[in-house]
Amino acid sequence: MSAKVDIQFRLNGVDRRVEVPPTMSALTMLRDVLDLTGTKYGCGEGECGACTIRVDGVTLNSCLMFAVDCDGREVVTIEGLVADPAGERLQQKFVEYGAVQCGFCTPGLVVQAHHVLESHPHPGRAEIQRGIEGNLCRCTGYKKIVEAIEDAGKMGSDPKLGGARP
Amino acid sequence: MTASAKEKLGSDPNTSLIGKRIPKMDAPEKAGGRTRYIHDINVPGQLYAKILRSTQVHAKILAIDTSAAKALPGVHAVITAADVPWQRPIGVAKDHLPLKADRVRSPRDEIAAVAADSPEIAEAALKLIRVDYEPLPVLTDAIEALKPGAPLIHPEPPAAPGGPALKPGAPVAFTGKKDNVAMTFEYAQGDVAKGEAESDVVVEDVFKLHYVTHCCMGVSGVIAEFDATGNLLLYSNTQVPFLHKREFAELLDIDPGRIRIIQPPIGGGFGSKLDIYPFEPIVIFLAKITRRPVKLLFTREEEFLASPTRQPVLLKLRSGCTKDGVLTFRHVETLHDNGAYTSWGATTPFVMMQTISSLYRVPHCKYLTRAVYTNNPYAGSFRGYGNLQATFAVEAHMDKLAESLGMDPLDFRLKNAQDPGEVTPQGMHFKTCGFKDCLTTAAARSDYQKKHRDYAARQKDGSPVKRGVGIASMLHVGGGAKIYPSDGCGTILKIDDFAHVTLITGASEIGQGSETVLAQLVCEELGLPLSAVTVVNNDTDITPWDVGVHASRTTFIAGNSAIGAARKAKAKILGAAAAKSGHAEDALDLRAGGVVVKADGKMLFELSRFLRSLHFSDKAELVMTTFYYEPPSKHQDKQFKGDVSAAYAWASQVAEVEVDTLTGIVRLLKITGAHDVGRVINRLGIEGQIEGGVVMGQGYALTENLVVEDGIVRNPNFRDYKLVTAPEIPDMDVSFIETMDGEGPQGAKGVGEAPAICIAAAVGNAIYNATGVRITSLPFTPERVYRALRGQLPPTVWNVPS
Ligand code: FES
Ligand code: FES
Repeated sequence: MSAKVDIQFRLNGVDRRVEVPPTMSALTMLRDVLDLTGTKYGCGEGECGACTIRVDGVTLNSCLMFAVDCDGREVVTIEGLVADPAGERLQQKFVEYGAVQCGFCTPGLVVQAHHVLESHPHPGRAEIQRGIEGNLCRCTGYKKIVEAIEDAGKMGSDPKLGGARP
Repeated sequence: MTASAKEKLGSDPNTSLIGKRIPKMDAPEKAGGRTRYIHDINVPGQLYAKILRSTQVHAKILAIDTSAAKALPGVHAVITAADVPWQRPIGVAKDHLPLKADRVRSPRDEIAAVAADSPEIAEAALKLIRVDYEPLPVLTDAIEALKPGAPLIHPEPPAAPGGPALKPGAPVAFTGKKDNVAMTFEYAQGDVAKGEAESDVVVEDVFKLHYVTHCCMGVSGVIAEFDATGNLLLYSNTQVPFLHKREFAELLDIDPGRIRIIQPPIGGGFGSKLDIYPFEPIVIFLAKITRRPVKLLFTREEEFLASPTRQPVLLKLRSGCTKDGVLTFRHVETLHDNGAYTSWGATTPFVMMQTISSLYRVPHCKYLTRAVYTNNPYAGSFRGYGNLQATFAVEAHMDKLAESLGMDPLDFRLKNAQDPGEVTPQGMHFKTCGFKDCLTTAAARSDYQKKHRDYAARQKDGSPVKRGVGIASMLHVGGGAKIYPSDGCGTILKIDDFAHVTLITGASEIGQGSETVLAQLVCEELGLPLSAVTVVNNDTDITPWDVGVHASRTTFIAGNSAIGAARKAKAKILGAAAAKSGHAEDALDLRAGGVVVKADGKMLFELSRFLRSLHFSDKAELVMTTFYYEPPSKHQDKQFKGDVSAAYAWASQVAEVEVDTLTGIVRLLKITGAHDVGRVINRLGIEGQIEGGVVMGQGYALTENLVVEDGIVRNPNFRDYKLVTAPEIPDMDVSFIETMDGEGPQGAKGVGEAPAICIAAAVGNAIYNATGVRITSLPFTPERVYRALRGQLPPTVWNVPS
């Protein structure tokens, strides 16, 4: 094994410092080094979205990102959305609308939806469908996921109502 | 449903949870990423396993050299068949050794396995293993497999090297085969020759159905650990834990009582976890040999290469009817590509022949299936279990026959559809049957008849983009399925001194929402809110026996079992309350968290206080009950006749499509479905199951295709194996036909598999309505449709050998 690299970044609002092998993916680091298992491995090839995280405000497939590339950046995972008003709102709506079955795709979809709502405060169905195109779900048929995101988006951008942050 | 029917079932419409939109109990944990799937569980001291698979499609194994792998630091064990001479064959026909000894029969075949300190080291060790092969002739065409002189896939019994091949104990059924026929199914009713003679119209086609695979979002995995005395603990995603306990015990020659299976939440099942696959015994071998917990997770590529598939089928169908539109006969021969080994895919004719014989009334039927060995991936069970394939063919012919008579396809179907009360020649008894309501509802809500006429009239109007509608229906077991000696499920129910219920059920939750439905049914009996119930369903040391999650049976079977246990608890509580209050027992009821007087709803005791008063008294009493439910169904006889399910589910779906004739692209615009579900228990849950099933059916019809060439899977990734994505889903309109099944829990029937079954059939009929071109093979990819529209897709020919 090659030498490890020392990196520092902000993870879910907390500064973290970790040593990781240069070839390790951000997904493996999150799951195996930092014990944040909410981010899922579905394919490891950027095709399913189960590993979606937010990095400096955009969403990325963490399986395609090297852990070392987190250095100096701001990373948010599903665990970071538990206390976030928009994230919480989305989780509630996913539950309420029946958008969760086996739930394996759900964390990635909540993170992706968080990004969709931030970029379009009141998205229509078509916008949502395009916005989550990269997230595969084998159980639900997507309809209830889209409805959940749409309703969460109706709360607009008022953070008091759990809307997306400005 | 009438008000009095509901009353009879004891639901109070004001407080009842039945039919409401109830969020799944496990959803909050899942939405927050807190649920621990097998991928998220690590046991202290755990080693990581990887499996070496064949690089050959069909070959003799001449030698395996593991010395370099064993020498790699961090490697704890490298095993081959030689290290486990006591291994035994697994699978439905017991034709499959976990570690291959002398021969590989497909590129997924397991040759060696490594346990190491990390997955990376295990992977590196695999690369150091050398295998010498001697190639054998390859057989990848099911038709060729039947020909005399075809290479034999299982010429002799699977043997382990160097010794009494297989352990004493239970005999091994599999003894090798003199041909490639793994299984044969024959069924007949009436006399097809007579039926054909009475027909005014006869049609015949060969249908070709393709490979698809489950694509559970959570990849396969297992953790095995032995304790100091040799008891085995398995963390497994199996759908049938109790049956697998027995199988693993046989494999290890230990008492099944020494095996405990814990089922962490599962990242999708859909039938894929009904059988034991080699990776599970292999991990158990490694745990036994290393005396350490061993974990194995597949990569996604491995999941595509080494998971079971839906069975590809060649199906020749000949059907006829009279000029008045009455079906006369059906003659079916099918060829199933079994792949190299036998899993549940081979047994799907059980379900297929029900659709052939009993979806519509057909007096004369003849059915023959042969499942043949090839060097292809082997086929397992997959949601719908053969019914997608059978329905595709049957419903294409319903349209074809109607058209040759100039009859409206809906009217033709209504004329031949089953009615409630019918007992079919195959022995299925339709105590409730909403089939005709399904047909008329789906047709009315989609404006099927008018659209069908209008679109057909526009086939030749010169515009390149066409529209079409197609209808298809399905029949599936909805009250369990008597396949195994028992089709039952046990429940243990405990009510603590705070009136909190622990419902311990044998029925596994695989994401379908059974745990919430079971809790609802119990709350309904006990007059408690959903928050008062915890469901325990994932540990064979705790839960009572259940046959497993399959055949859309859980709501029905486990539901009836849970209701039985709750009713016993209720009787116990009301008996005690009657004694205490002086009211007659049958004048009391449980409602709103208390014991009430039935007539006026007056609250006598708050339930938790009352239970404490029972518990902390001189004659202390705990409220605990057990109940076992076995449905009143019958096994089929040797002729495949019998009433295997306590209830049958029905559905009709109308697909509306747009076909771009310039590109061959088919867009699925809308699915209008009507489902006889007996009764809706959880509206949110059932809608979700139906929508998910529709989209899975859409994938089968339009986008998914596991490309297997010369035995090799060419597209083992989501880039090339196309699942439906969010922008492609159709509008979905779902209606429920509530037939209130007398045996069903609160009147419900199973629905898990139903929604996926008719989609491909309905889409095929819709493409025909749009273009006038009948395509008899799947999937309807742009290329296939483009070629078919230009007459460049030759019909599938299969001259059935005798
Ligand atoms: S695991 Fe990263 S996209 Fe699938
Ligand atoms: S809920 Fe199972 S994959 Fe989406």
